Amino acid sequence: MDYGQITMNDFTLKLSGLEPLVITKETNFVNVGERTNVTGSKMFLRLIKEGNFDAALAVAREQVEGGAQIIDINMDEGMIDGVEAMTRFLNLIASEPDISRVPVMIDSSKWVIIEAGLKCVQGKCVVNSISLKGGEAEFIQQARTIKRFGAAVIVMLFDEVGQADNFERRIEIAERAYRILTEIVKFPAGDIIFDPNIFPVATGMEEHRRNAIDYFRGSKWIVENLPGAKISGGVSNVSFSFRGNDKVREAMHSAFLYHGIQNGMTMGIVNPSQLEVYDQIDKDLLEYVEDVLLDRKDDATERLLEYAEKVKGKGKEKVIDLEWRNAPVAERLSNALVKGIVEFIDEDTEEARKQFARPLEVIEGPLMAGMNIVGDLFGSGKMFLPQVVKSARVMKKAVAYLMPYMEEEKRKSGDKSTSQGKILMATVKGDVHDIGKNIVGVVLACNNFEIIDIGVMVPAEKILEAAIRENVQVIGLSGLITPSLDEMVYVAKEMERLGMKIPLLIGGATTSRAHTAVKIDPVYSGPVIHVLDASKSVPVAQNFISPDLIAPATAKYKAEYEQFRIDYKNRRKDKNFVTLEKARAHKPKLSFDNLVTPSFLGTMVFEDFPLEKLRERIDWTPFFLTWELAGRYPAILDDKVVGVEATKLFKDANNLLDKVIAEKLLTAKAVVGFYEANAQGDDVLVQTENGTQTFSFLRQQNEKAADQPYHCLADYVAPAEIGKKDHIGFFAVTAGIGIEPLIEAFEKDHDDYNSIMIKAVADRLAEAMAEKMHELVRKELWGFAKDEQLSNDDIIREKYDSIRPAPGYPACPDHTEKRKLFDLLKVEDKVGITLTENFAMYPTAAVSGFYFAHPESKYFAVGKIQKDQVEEYAKRKGESIEYVEKWLAPNLSYE
Amino acid sequence: MAHSPLFSMVYRLWTIDNNMNLHEILNQRILILDGAMGTMIQRYNLEEEDFRNEALKNHSKPLKGNNDLLSFTRPDVIKAIHRQYFDAGADIIETNTFSGTTIAQNDYDLGQEWVDKINFESAKIAREVADEVTALNPNKPRFVAGAMGPTNRTLSISPDVNDPGYRAILFDELVSAYKHQARKLIEGGVDIILIETIFDTLNAKAALFAVDELFEEIGKSYPIMISGTITDASGRTLSGQTTEAFLISMQHMPLLSIGLNCALGASALRPYLQVLNNNAPFFVSAYPNAGLPNEFGQYDESPAQMAAQVEVFCQEGLVNILGGCCGTTPDHIKAIAEMAGRYEPRKLLVDRR
Repeated sequence: MDYGQITMNDFTLKLSGLEPLVITKETNFVNVGERTNVTGSKMFLRLIKEGNFDAALAVAREQVEGGAQIIDINMDEGMIDGVEAMTRFLNLIASEPDISRVPVMIDSSKWVIIEAGLKCVQGKCVVNSISLKGGEAEFIQQARTIKRFGAAVIVMLFDEVGQADNFERRIEIAERAYRILTEIVKFPAGDIIFDPNIFPVATGMEEHRRNAIDYFRGSKWIVENLPGAKISGGVSNVSFSFRGNDKVREAMHSAFLYHGIQNGMTMGIVNPSQLEVYDQIDKDLLEYVEDVLLDRKDDATERLLEYAEKVKGKGKEKVIDLEWRNAPVAERLSNALVKGIVEFIDEDTEEARKQFARPLEVIEGPLMAGMNIVGDLFGSGKMFLPQVVKSARVMKKAVAYLMPYMEEEKRKSGDKSTSQGKILMATVKGDVHDIGKNIVGVVLACNNFEIIDIGVMVPAEKILEAAIRENVQVIGLSGLITPSLDEMVYVAKEMERLGMKIPLLIGGATTSRAHTAVKIDPVYSGPVIHVLDASKSVPVAQNFISPDLIAPATAKYKAEYEQFRIDYKNRRKDKNFVTLEKARAHKPKLSFDNLVTPSFLGTMVFEDFPLEKLRERIDWTPFFLTWELAGRYPAILDDKVVGVEATKLFKDANNLLDKVIAEKLLTAKAVVGFYEANAQGDDVLVQTENGTQTFSFLRQQNEKAADQPYHCLADYVAPAEIGKKDHIGFFAVTAGIGIEPLIEAFEKDHDDYNSIMIKAVADRLAEAMAEKMHELVRKELWGFAKDEQLSNDDIIREKYDSIRPAPGYPACPDHTEKRKLFDLLKVEDKVGITLTENFAMYPTAAVSGFYFAHPESKYFAVGKIQKDQVEEYAKRKGESIEYVEKWLAPNLSYE
Repeated sequence: MAHSPLFSMVYRLWTIDNNMNLHEILNQRILILDGAMGTMIQRYNLEEEDFRNEALKNHSKPLKGNNDLLSFTRPDVIKAIHRQYFDAGADIIETNTFSGTTIAQNDYDLGQEWVDKINFESAKIAREVADEVTALNPNKPRFVAGAMGPTNRTLSISPDVNDPGYRAILFDELVSAYKHQARKLIEGGVDIILIETIFDTLNAKAALFAVDELFEEIGKSYPIMISGTITDASGRTLSGQTTEAFLISMQHMPLLSIGLNCALGASALRPYLQVLNNNAPFFVSAYPNAGLPNEFGQYDESPAQMAAQVEVFCQEGLVNILGGCCGTTPDHIKAIAEMAGRYEPRKLLVDRR
């Protein structure tokens, strides 16, 4: 069955690497990177000969970064195995998303190399090239194979007789090849690209005079007469006789391209750094060059040579663009805000202040106009969070500059508020995490909300007292650890008790729409809204600022959360649970035959762990997530949407890291401890210096398929009854010692960007430290995996045996066990991490947890548990059921 | 039951007719594909002996879980599942051949002879069920799609982190394996070739290459359906391509349809289906999972929930073929079929001008 009739052929040439490259009639010109070509680059040839593929890849990467939309790859050299080199290089490129995002051009005069290349490329590539040189039969067979591989093709204008070197031969061969391809092979016409041969001009030989103009005329004829066909060519050939004279060559290339494109040239192999802007070519030079290219004068070559003598050796230069400094002050301010340039802000603000009657008008006028642009760009996804935070920094600087003038004025006249509304923000009692809260604060401030940030670990009374005193329109609560969820419920209850009506916004990593709808919304009659991220905070807040909108918005959110609760309840009915007894009967059956004894018992402290060693262990992906840039590192750096910003952010983070390491601004510390231990039921009994200490764990109860076990961390320690001595490990690490003065200094400088940055970087270092310690534990300190050989990536993907779960996380959701861990290791004394009353760690850049060495140990989520387990767990811990229910609220399967 | 020569001839004429038919029906209504095979097989609580026949009695490796073998060790089970999907309203069922290549079966030490048997027998029993059901209601012809899975090897990704240039399989090996599979599927009587769950486009290109060569050899073409898998929220395949790049890389054959299946739940597929809807010159298909797996690896989206989510595809006119992947059951397909019956299919790009 031929379904060909349903394919549309509009002659668009569509190519792909990891990303599409669509070439339409409107596409101006596609430039093909030329450096990964052993025939054109001596350096690349040397790299391939030496087998230095890493450096060869760097050449490819440079091409793509430099703007090549396709990369040409050629391995035609007598001394190398072309098939092998092409295969290897293309396979390596496939693992480099920053290179393989663009399509490749498989360039060879040997068919076997082309075929080998086609077998390695997932995208739609271009074959460069085939021709009628070896006759029609071979041409047809090769074209059929290329079609079957789904590639486009470049056809060299060459036939059995030779290369086309004048206009008539060009059109004769092009037409013949086109007919064969479209009529016999049924090759898609839009995928046919002709290379009508670019030969050198100004060689001094009479027969070369028309080389350029015949290329132009031939190209024009092809695009006009062979529907869908495209034109390509290797541009640098044309200036062959001026090697060593960059200025003339650059001008010739630009002028050639200009005319080539006018005549239908679609793509070409060009070195972008060897290209002058057509409009900026010296007038005289351009005239001489065009005389040569277009064969306008008999003495064109002589005149160009004469000129060339004069300008030898001058290439183009780069200048830093400060053009924007010439614009009126309002535009300069707006540009500084959008670009986040802080350098000139004081002088520009001063200039603006002199132009306006009152300093406030500078804020309301040009500065707000600039911030509105920022807001719009952010809202429409054209700016990203790190840029907005930089803009905010500029804004804060400008406002800070104006502040003394405004106070002066206020003193004379009295105050008048101009903001959209006041929002109180706080991280709740027991929690110290504030990166997210600060980001939301900055974004709201950019949108002209007045932010009253009362910091971290704020008790409900203080929050409400401040809200009433400051007469705010909205309260925003933030929290990262699970106990904060309960604290938020408590704040909401208190608001209800005080008869408040203002909206309550809920945000932070552990918060969710589900928790907000089910637990917080019902206890407060005012509106309660869960805010997913910073970008969502603005529209939500705006709902509640204008008096007309409050009532309908309240009704809308109340109804939405009511519906959510109904759905949630209905969903919950489906879930089945098993009794704790049954879950225990189906615990995993593990063997404890190969127990390894740690190299020491008791604790070991690591003071001042070298930060540069941690740096190489950093898992960057979560860092970008902190800044609300989604994507995996390193691919994110080349992401089409956020890549540019991610790259900048990454650079800033690394600059800060350089400084932190060079000046030893942060200190990383760790304590690790190992003890004899055996499991007793779901508890682990640990033999410490001061007798037996019990750690209690929870078991899964969500019903599973018949053959699936119900996990509990205690399963990974040998049970007492089998009579084998086993061990357990504990750790606490931090990379945040010394962070306060840094944050203080940044905040004093109104530099939210770096204040958030240093916290995010310290968090990453702490995670890296935890990873590093775990490796040390596996290989040496406990030593159950002495021969482990893993790459950094494997480590980030947790491809090793043994686990290091942290109290408060899914495998052991009870935060209160952290207190025991801290007491056992004397964490406060030894490494300086403290616990809040809700068991949050301070400094926040800290990680603590258990080590389980069992090779079958794995991370799992305990999920919801039943009343029977809660009752028994409370008994085991010697706490009341209410206490356990309070701390395990998110894990209860019942109300 | 082997086909008589006469039956084969009549049947062959009928399929040619059928294929024309398929194209026409796709212009008129949304066609329904079946749901998960694995999920249904689990319900039978099969044991090791169910996966063995006389000849495999002493096979050295455990075979439990090698579902493709059931097509001849327990054809009753597979036929019953096919039948349930047809009864639920499916127009097209997939053969039980997801792992029907020498490459995938290598894990079980099963060679070409067994792979051929898997493909031929799977196609044959699917054909039998389809013909039975069509006979009951000739106004609603039922079709069989020969399923070709991605295999467990990738042509674009190195399994060795220390050597990103290494490949565990060659293009030519994959072409040869796929060609064998497609040949046996066609001999067994499929109407369509379905290359599915594509996570590495180069693997799929090898499949297309194989199928194209095969068509040339046997002098007859079958409609081809292509279905890729988006593996993460950034909207890319495992081998890193965006949806549009994937489409461009598959567009060189005259396909019946291109679409997406597996990995994400229905709602997350929508933006990528829109890309296909806007750019694909073929019919567009979607058969998502029943939501995302929960922390226990189970899919728990109910039929109604899933139908509500894929209804958005229909409202926006994004699809021509709808079905289900992991975790879906005849109940899901029934809900989807009933819902889809109320909507017009997506219009082909050529018909929109």
